[in-house]
Amino acid sequence: MSKVFSFHGGIHPPGNKKRSTRAAIGKAPLPKTLVVPMQQHIGGPADPLVKIGDQVLKGQLIAEPISRISAAIHAPTSGKVVDVAAYPIPHASGLSEECIVIESDGEDRWIEHQGLDDYRQLRRQDLIEHIRNCGIAGMGGAGFPTDVKLHLSEDHIVNTLIINAAECEPYITADDMLMRERAHEVLGGIEIIAHLLRPSHVLIGIEDNKPNAIHALEAVLKDTELNIDIVVVPTKYPSGGERQLIKLLTDLEVPSGRIPADIGIVCQNVGTTAAVYRAVHYGEPLISRIVTVTGDAVLHPRNLETLIGTPFSTLLEACDLRPEALSKLVMGGPMMGVTVENDQIPVIKTTNCLIAATAQEMPLAPPAQACIRCGMCEQACPAELLPQQLYWFAKGREFDKAKHHNLFDCIECGACAYVCPSNIPLVQYYRYAKSEIRTEQRDQQKADHARQRFEARQARLEREVAEKEARRKARAEEAAKAQQQKAATQSDASPQPAAAAEPDAKQLKTAAAVARTKLKKAQKAYDEAVGTNADNLAELEAALNDARSKAEAAEKALAAGAPATEEGSGDDLKQLKVAAAVARTKLKKAQDALKNAEDKGLDGVDKLRATLVTLENKAEEAQQAYEQAANKPASPSPAPTEEKPAEVDIKALKQQVSIMRTKLKKAESALDGCEDEAEIARMKTEVNELKQRFEQATAEFDKAEQALIERAAKSGIDLKQLRIDAAMARAAVTKGERSLSKADNDDERSQIEQELTSARAKADELNLTLSQYE
Amino acid sequence: MSTVLTAVIVLFLLAAIFGIVLGYASVRFKVEGNPIVDQIDAILPQTQCGQCGYPGCRPYAEAIAGGDAINKCPPGGQTTIDALADLLDVEAVPLDAEHGEEKPRSVAYIREDECIGCTKCIQACPVDAILGAAKQMHTVIISECTGCDLCVEPCPVDCIDMIPIETTPNTWKWPEPPSPMQLIATDRGRGVAASEAP
Repeated sequence: MSKVFSFHGGIHPPGNKKRSTRAAIGKAPLPKTLVVPMQQHIGGPADPLVKIGDQVLKGQLIAEPISRISAAIHAPTSGKVVDVAAYPIPHASGLSEECIVIESDGEDRWIEHQGLDDYRQLRRQDLIEHIRNCGIAGMGGAGFPTDVKLHLSEDHIVNTLIINAAECEPYITADDMLMRERAHEVLGGIEIIAHLLRPSHVLIGIEDNKPNAIHALEAVLKDTELNIDIVVVPTKYPSGGERQLIKLLTDLEVPSGRIPADIGIVCQNVGTTAAVYRAVHYGEPLISRIVTVTGDAVLHPRNLETLIGTPFSTLLEACDLRPEALSKLVMGGPMMGVTVENDQIPVIKTTNCLIAATAQEMPLAPPAQACIRCGMCEQACPAELLPQQLYWFAKGREFDKAKHHNLFDCIECGACAYVCPSNIPLVQYYRYAKSEIRTEQRDQQKADHARQRFEARQARLEREVAEKEARRKARAEEAAKAQQQKAATQSDASPQPAAAAEPDAKQLKTAAAVARTKLKKAQKAYDEAVGTNADNLAELEAALNDARSKAEAAEKALAAGAPATEEGSGDDLKQLKVAAAVARTKLKKAQDALKNAEDKGLDGVDKLRATLVTLENKAEEAQQAYEQAANKPASPSPAPTEEKPAEVDIKALKQQVSIMRTKLKKAESALDGCEDEAEIARMKTEVNELKQRFEQATAEFDKAEQALIERAAKSGIDLKQLRIDAAMARAAVTKGERSLSKADNDDERSQIEQELTSARAKADELNLTLSQYE
Repeated sequence: MSTVLTAVIVLFLLAAIFGIVLGYASVRFKVEGNPIVDQIDAILPQTQCGQCGYPGCRPYAEAIAGGDAINKCPPGGQTTIDALADLLDVEAVPLDAEHGEEKPRSVAYIREDECIGCTKCIQACPVDAILGAAKQMHTVIISECTGCDLCVEPCPVDCIDMIPIETTPNTWKWPEPPSPMQLIATDRGRGVAASEAP
């Protein structure tokens, strides 16, 4: 036998247990409808898998856990799902939550299920998964999903497994009866849990008011190889509290805010061990539990094996309730349970007791008196808190201080309220303070979250504005740059004499045109004046003459300016070409229009024909003018040597070669992309033709180039060298020009000018020589 | 004479040394911004509703730090006012009715078949809790909604409702027990009646 230690405080309320242990565990009648809440414990609710109208079998999974701390839920009997909606659940608030309502078909037909042959052969992970799938949750109080606790050996060293069989609260005998009648199931469950957690020893903590249960356990323990000790502890409330039992059996204290596993201990309720046994050996999920139905208002208090989801009323009827005697229906024990108003509330996995109390049994609490600071509550507190201080803090809404006095270590056992001579409902104050603090924390969390989101949004908006601004700036800068560049190219162009002629010619042209228009206007005005015999005839005539002379001057200037530069003539040439092209297009359009008109037999055909003729003439004229102009540049060049045509030739040839190359490439890529066979054949011929032409052009070019080089060689000049020299001379000239523009000293300037002249002369000479050969 | 002089010199030197140390510390450990603003901001409920007349909770926190009244926050209600009074050591005053009244917490709900997808509510939401795109139906992410009301006004088809948050068993609070302190011996009978009433 292990040594028994003791914990601080505790009380000795009347047990009232014997009345419900006289009868063996009975079977609760199968109710017509069962209401199965989706959340029966702390953690996340399960997610329904069935719809209204579905047929379910007993033991069928009807809701699956969606988070880590959550348990699966199975159909407690066979039947039809008639509703998935909010129903009142066994909770102190009396509020409703989502439930699955099953209408029983009375057959109680099991789904196919079977236990594991030998759980020791299985991987631990798989075994725990099996237990999770069976929806096993702690059956002592909080209903913590068991599989989570079974994982504890992975990150904690578990030395001791404690089986909580104390069942310290008055009235409740469910665990007592379970151990008396099904000790082997309890032992089997312990073996499975010990297999998973691998503790060095197992302790069963049991109060000395259950001698029959102790005998039963001792009887089955003879067969086990495990190191299991039954520790009989003196009856004292609340020795069944997890921390209190640990203190009793090991003298260790679980630190505040930690779990027992942190000091190497795991606790499991006896009811849970039996459920684990049935899940592993028979494959039965947790769909029923033993509920103690007791109190003076029932004639036959006893324990009933009850399906989860059975309404309280069914249990009370089964134990012959005297409705007229019932004053208070309590779910759970008299110390920690809560009063319920509605007897349709269902049994859940953690419902261990139902007390139908008469008014004599549980009288209304006498009105609370003022606290007299007697300190009895401190003496009774099993958690070694200062109930009196906590009471004052809760009452004064000083929740922070209450928290600092370890309010959250309070197990709400009710020992302090039990001993309070002033009948102050202390536990209610603690519950109130706890829920206030929790709400505050939740609100604070929400506020922090909202602040974060608000700030993120604010930052985003600012960033967007800044980005917009930056984009606008960039655009403005780009525009300014483009403007500058434009101005620069214009100013760059003006100092170059050749380029300067172009705007000059343009300007001259515009001036001439303006002069002509003015002249025309003046003429018109004069004619009109002559017609009407106006007074200001002389004046107008003078103006007309003036305009005429101006126009003539402009024309002359234009005539002088236009051919003055080669560039100008080139420009003219281009213009002529464009004019010719425009004329041709107009002609074509006119022809089309004529055709259309003729087809439709319209009236304006003759007119169109006349236009066409004029257009034809115009086009011809333009073409001729262009041809003339095109031939011209050759003639006015200073040295019409015989080499000149060669130059034209070689340039043209070069161009032709590159055009051919491009065409060839295009044709080839088109060929690659083409899929139609006929098309391919056509293209192939085309490509071949192009290739031939390209080769021809290349050959011609080569020939011409060769001829040039040969000719140069004949005169004893290396063409390449000549080219380089010419380029260098040109560079020297530009350099000189630049330094000239920079020089400010007159002497320096004259010197540079001299150098520049010589460089120019050299460059001209070299260019001339080069032009002879190219 | 020399003793007096020594004492004066020593005191002067000490003053100079401490002056330098304090001067350095004031530069080196300079606190950016007003720390009280953060503390006030932490107390405000962060609904960002603007009912106080400021564009968000932080601007109001800054205003309070600058001397504005502490009773302009309807979502926070008396709890916030008490906390602010406690923090700033001023007297707790009742909520200024001009800025609205304390209402139960609620969340926005968009009647989705009436939504025309104008995105106006999305632009109004201070915490980006509304999901949607132009000409697409919008919806409120309930877990992110602060219940600030700001999306209701811009909606051109009035399809946004503010629905009070329902209490679930998870958010349910134990009620405060009736105070025993109002009882005196002669009140016993009334006390019983009072405790029986609920």
